[in-house]
Amino acid sequence: MADKVRKTAADALAGVLTDGMTIMAGGFGLCGIPENLIAAIRETGVKDLTVVSNNCGVDDFGLGILLAGGQIRKMISSYVGENKLFEKLYLSGELELEFNPQGTLAERIRAGGAGIPAFFTRTGVGTLVAEGKEVRDFDGEPYVMERGLTADLAIVKAWKGDAEGNLIYRKTARNFNPMMATAGRVTIAEVEELVPVGALDKDAIHTPGIYVDRLFKGVVFEKRIERTTTRPKEAA
Amino acid sequence: MAWSREDLAAQAAKELRDGFYVNLGIGIPTLVANYIPEGMNVTLQSENGMLGMGPFPYEGEADADLINAGKQTITELPSSSYFSSADSFAMIRGGHINLSILGAMQVAQNGDLANWMVPGKMVKGMGGAMDLVAGVKRVVIVMEHNEKSGAPKLVKACSLPLTGAKVVDLLITDLGVFEVNRGSGVVLTALAPGVTGEEVTAKTEAEFTVRL
Repeated sequence: MADKVRKTAADALAGVLTDGMTIMAGGFGLCGIPENLIAAIRETGVKDLTVVSNNCGVDDFGLGILLAGGQIRKMISSYVGENKLFEKLYLSGELELEFNPQGTLAERIRAGGAGIPAFFTRTGVGTLVAEGKEVRDFDGEPYVMERGLTADLAIVKAWKGDAEGNLIYRKTARNFNPMMATAGRVTIAEVEELVPVGALDKDAIHTPGIYVDRLFKGVVFEKRIERTTTRPKEAA
Repeated sequence: MAWSREDLAAQAAKELRDGFYVNLGIGIPTLVANYIPEGMNVTLQSENGMLGMGPFPYEGEADADLINAGKQTITELPSSSYFSSADSFAMIRGGHINLSILGAMQVAQNGDLANWMVPGKMVKGMGGAMDLVAGVKRVVIVMEHNEKSGAPKLVKACSLPLTGAKVVDLLITDLGVFEVNRGSGVVLTALAPGVTGEEVTAKTEAEFTVRL
């Protein structure tokens, strides 16, 4: 077994980054984002990136820091409403943007990782999303063809991982991470807990180690919350 | 007296049925969760990867790994399950969700829906809305009847980019309830208290019939 474990995010990224590459980054909003890897990518100054991620962080956290650093040339996302800098860069023409419906984005990545070059979906038929794409009828209903999506690098965040690269995610921090892990030519995972091989319940592993090339235990997990919503205890 | 946001949520809750799996959009639709009738078993799906959404956590107990599609912190229930975004949209696209309640910028009389983009002005994205309207069995829209400028939002044809074509089943606005039936003709079926048919006609661009 190749040694997949690295000490730090910078070690894990060594020799992998090149200007102009495509990077997939897991997460939904700020939930389940590979925050240590994003910070390390910020440090390297790598640029002209195409980034595939459901969202683009907020102005000063998550992928937003790569935007602020002028490192992203193009985003492929489904929703970027939480990021003012994003809107400014896009409207001024400094940033390219491809919107994908969220389910189409998830399925494109799943398909890409599974060796499926294209599929047909009802989502987006009759909208801007279908423009320039093949539309075909199946059983009398129109479907639009969408392409599978892969990346030079996928960066994902898991709760627990072992040296084999087996990963388990936690609650809704799973989101896009499992599909992205399958769709990177190189996949790097950051984990909150690096556990001994054999410690994970084999029936509970979400991402089998075959998909993970390198992993490391993250130093800091700020796990910032975008919208803390609570109810008072006396409502119980 | 037109319906308030809370009234709209209560009206939309009348669409819930026992045993339904339901996806609620951001804004007024989220409030529908507060009006699930006592004793009715409704499972809320959150498209970021959860079935069986629980209420907001108590103060001090928010978990960064547990949010809904509006990025609000939530809690789990004994019956909850978690899954990936691909699995989540397989549920949605595959027709396994019974009902979706969403907001809108425009609804057209042919059932078209626009709720994701204002060209040159608003760059946010469609999120999961296009998948929801394409895959969920019944699509209910909740919105203000008019824009702040007074411009009608129930229109003959959407001027904004579509989220889906011929996808709206029912529309609930602060003025009344409209069966849209995915394009087979708009029918006004209920009026908010104190609202008249004349008022609705004056504030609506779309053609509709009345069956109160």
